[in-house]
Amino acid sequence: MKSIVAVNKLTRLAALLALALLSAVCSTALAQAGTAAQIPAADQMQPSELAQMLKSPGADKPLVLQVGSHVLYAQAHIPGSEYAGAAAQEAGRKALSERVAKLDRGTMVVLYCGCCPWGKCPNIDPAYKLMKSLGFTRLKVLHIADNFGTDWVDKGYPVAQGR
Amino acid sequence: MRRSLLAALLLCTLAGAQADVQAGVQASAQAGVESRAQASLIGKTAPEFVREDLSGKQVSLAEYRGKVVLLNFWATWCASCVTEIPAFASWQKKYGGRGLQVLGVSMDDDAPPVRALCRKLKVNYPVVMGDENVGELYGGVLGLPVTYLIDREGRIVRHYQGEVDLKRLEREMRGLLGEP
Repeated sequence: MKSIVAVNKLTRLAALLALALLSAVCSTALAQAGTAAQIPAADQMQPSELAQMLKSPGADKPLVLQVGSHVLYAQAHIPGSEYAGAAAQEAGRKALSERVAKLDRGTMVVLYCGCCPWGKCPNIDPAYKLMKSLGFTRLKVLHIADNFGTDWVDKGYPVAQGR
Repeated sequence: MRRSLLAALLLCTLAGAQADVQAGVQASAQAGVESRAQASLIGKTAPEFVREDLSGKQVSLAEYRGKVVLLNFWATWCASCVTEIPAFASWQKKYGGRGLQVLGVSMDDDAPPVRALCRKLKVNYPVVMGDENVGELYGGVLGLPVTYLIDREGRIVRHYQGEVDLKRLEREMRGLLGEP
């Protein structure tokens, strides 16, 4: 009788542990839903890589599009980059679609934002998904870990100002 | 049974370890990295600006001299910023009579979503619309949120890049207010 009670207790404990495990996995998945965390590493580019590419003479230069805040863009942006609309908003996605509508789908495009830490950026994932859905095959997303100020400007990479 | 129990325990431990690593990454991202230009403002007089608040009234930072000012740069699309606002509103209510003034500077491109969110969150302190000129005065606001604590003499004494540790900020703000 005692052994049956012990087995029942162990079964309940195992069930509780399995539930806790399931909960941990689900919360991790939910936390990453709709964020930059879903963008494959192969489609990401580090700031140092882009800075090198932009300064290399004769290199194939990408079209660089800022898909975040216009106020932040006006303060500092990557020279030659264009403001393409905040992709978290419908108006921003429309502006981005219009900007790239006539481009060859093989054009190399780099998207960046830098308004917020990578995992919390509201713009970069929608912009990436939109560009993917439009068929762009040479698409990269600039991995800005904290924000444009610390990960680009403070690193000494070139900066332009104005709208 | 014992084997399955051990396996479950091992899986939970591994899941916990993974969650800890991710929490650490997130905590690091939340804490942010000090922007050099912003950090260099510490100890200096807070740059003056005059902007219209959401009701069209002119707000000058200088008019708050003599108060402790919590200057918060934010935007409606910034999740971390929105998370902080209810605490700032509660502090304005709690410490406003003791010399605290919270001042929000929205870095949104347009005022309508700012008005709507401020109504929704019952923001009880002035919010002005910022732009690149105000941002540049404060070392370039190139990531949000950014928060400054300004003492009663108008000097910047603290700078926070990214989502703040609210307990720490409240403790430091109370210190400036001369509260235990």
